[in-house]
Amino acid sequence: MLSQESLQEIDREIAKYPPDQTQSAVMAALRIAQVEKGWLPKELIEFVARYLGMPPIAAFEVASFYNMYDLAPVGRHKITVCTNLPCALSGGVHAADYIKEKLGIDFNETTPDGKFTLKEGECMGACGDAPVLLVNNHHMCSWMTTEKIDQMLAELDKK
Amino acid sequence: MILAGCDGDRTWRLQDYVARGGYSALRKILAEKIPQDAIIAELKTSVLRGRGGAGFPTGLKWSFMPRSFPGDKYLACNSDEGEPGTFKDRDILRYNPHSVIEGMAIAAYAMGAARGYNYIHGEIFETYSRFEEALAEAREAGFIGRNILGSDFSFELFAHHGYGAYICGEETALLESIEGKKGQPRFKPPFPASYGLYGKPTTINNTETFASVPFIMNMGGEAFLNLGKPNNGGMKLFSVSGHVNRPGNYEIPLGTPFAELLEMAGGMRGGRKIKAVIPGGSSAPVVPGGVMMDCTMDYDSISKAGSMLGSGAVIVMDETTCMVKALERLSYFYFEESCGQCTPCREGTGWLYRVVHRIEHGLGRPDDLDLLNSVTTNIMGRTICALGDAASMPVQSFVKHFGSEFEYHIENKKCLVPPEVQRAGSQIYVSPSC
Repeated sequence: MLSQESLQEIDREIAKYPPDQTQSAVMAALRIAQVEKGWLPKELIEFVARYLGMPPIAAFEVASFYNMYDLAPVGRHKITVCTNLPCALSGGVHAADYIKEKLGIDFNETTPDGKFTLKEGECMGACGDAPVLLVNNHHMCSWMTTEKIDQMLAELDKK
Repeated sequence: MILAGCDGDRTWRLQDYVARGGYSALRKILAEKIPQDAIIAELKTSVLRGRGGAGFPTGLKWSFMPRSFPGDKYLACNSDEGEPGTFKDRDILRYNPHSVIEGMAIAAYAMGAARGYNYIHGEIFETYSRFEEALAEAREAGFIGRNILGSDFSFELFAHHGYGAYICGEETALLESIEGKKGQPRFKPPFPASYGLYGKPTTINNTETFASVPFIMNMGGEAFLNLGKPNNGGMKLFSVSGHVNRPGNYEIPLGTPFAELLEMAGGMRGGRKIKAVIPGGSSAPVVPGGVMMDCTMDYDSISKAGSMLGSGAVIVMDETTCMVKALERLSYFYFEESCGQCTPCREGTGWLYRVVHRIEHGLGRPDDLDLLNSVTTNIMGRTICALGDAASMPVQSFVKHFGSEFEYHIENKKCLVPPEVQRAGSQIYVSPSC
């Protein structure tokens, strides 16, 4: 269900923990699975659980608890904008409004062409860089003026 | 101190850290076989207090660890930095990751731990990747791993990546998370020093706390203490955000006047008047601007002003801020991030958010402020962890200091600060230095 590379990556994570504690690698394993498949369907979570030798329900608990896991399909590029107070004071809300207008979608929506999903994020621990947004969970963009947002969307649009 | 001599993304590698004097403390400890007690005593002298928010004396915490316990012992670094306003640990991990590694290695030596984990906040994957690279460098150079620098001391250190849950910054939730579970805090006692990760004795410290350790070992506890003021030892990173000209991290001695810190951060944006400051991360009670201008940045002074130094996250708000709207956003955060384990917090944070939300949106009722106070008193002290208190303290302090603004909202169904003024004050703002 997962590529050889993903499985090797999961094995490297398992090796970080004591031999009888493979469940500790579940967060990383779900992340790796999500990166490969785009989101986490039920079968994929079950696969990860079996791979780690843990009950599937325990893996579901983890996947549904942490908010960067996507339990439903998302667009090719998921953009998460922080609108928490420190960011809001420096334009976080404006940046989100600008993206909504440009993409014609609201939070938790995906563009009709399936390219972009927009999410509202909670504190990313980068308040000094406001406005801050995350692209596909792993790439942080700082000081996002409207020009930089335009440029970012144009670049992502090509991918 | 921690960020001194660091040049952003250019000087985080092992060779740069060594050139700045890095790993000399660990080298000395191992070469001279300095006793564990002596290290802990030095920390106690330094009065280093936990930099994650609680301010607990680090030396004392380390002394709780049962060093003679024959089985596994663990060390955990709390880099799950997601408290609104706090962004210092990310810079430490990005710009000086080896200071954390060296600090953890010294801690492991002092407490007899053979294995450690650095739990890194989910949203900073790039920082996590860099820390992994730094770990590989340190392992390669023999600063972590088996028989470190030829001694009989071994310590394995790994990074664990979170995936979006504020609650994992709570130390026992963090341990649950490393165990591959939902991050729901554990009941204490037992404390982690006796029952921690995998049920073994564990010490958890914040990133900045660990990063301070090598510097304390090099300069001596006394010298570190003297950098700050009595009972408030050393240097501290302050993350300044909000309505200032140069948001960012500033590493200053504890006891520095707030006015000086504000000056370093470029002063108030647009020269506007300061209205309020949250001095220690979103969970700390808000302080009116005038009171704050007379404070010094240390645990005792901020506590006297009715708040907490917390993690050193200073959120500055100017006169264009609607305090109801500001609180609404914070209350939403706690509602969203409550782990759902304890009823008072799970239900109470929803009540807090919905009531503040309706006040902000012109649907407030005359007895809403009493209701808010009653909900907070029914949450506080009735939950397993401090998130319930953290959700309550902003509400209580906002209502206490800015009650008239809430009343105006309820009576007039609109904000005291005109919407266009609010918008102008909080537009996209990027400092020229960014």
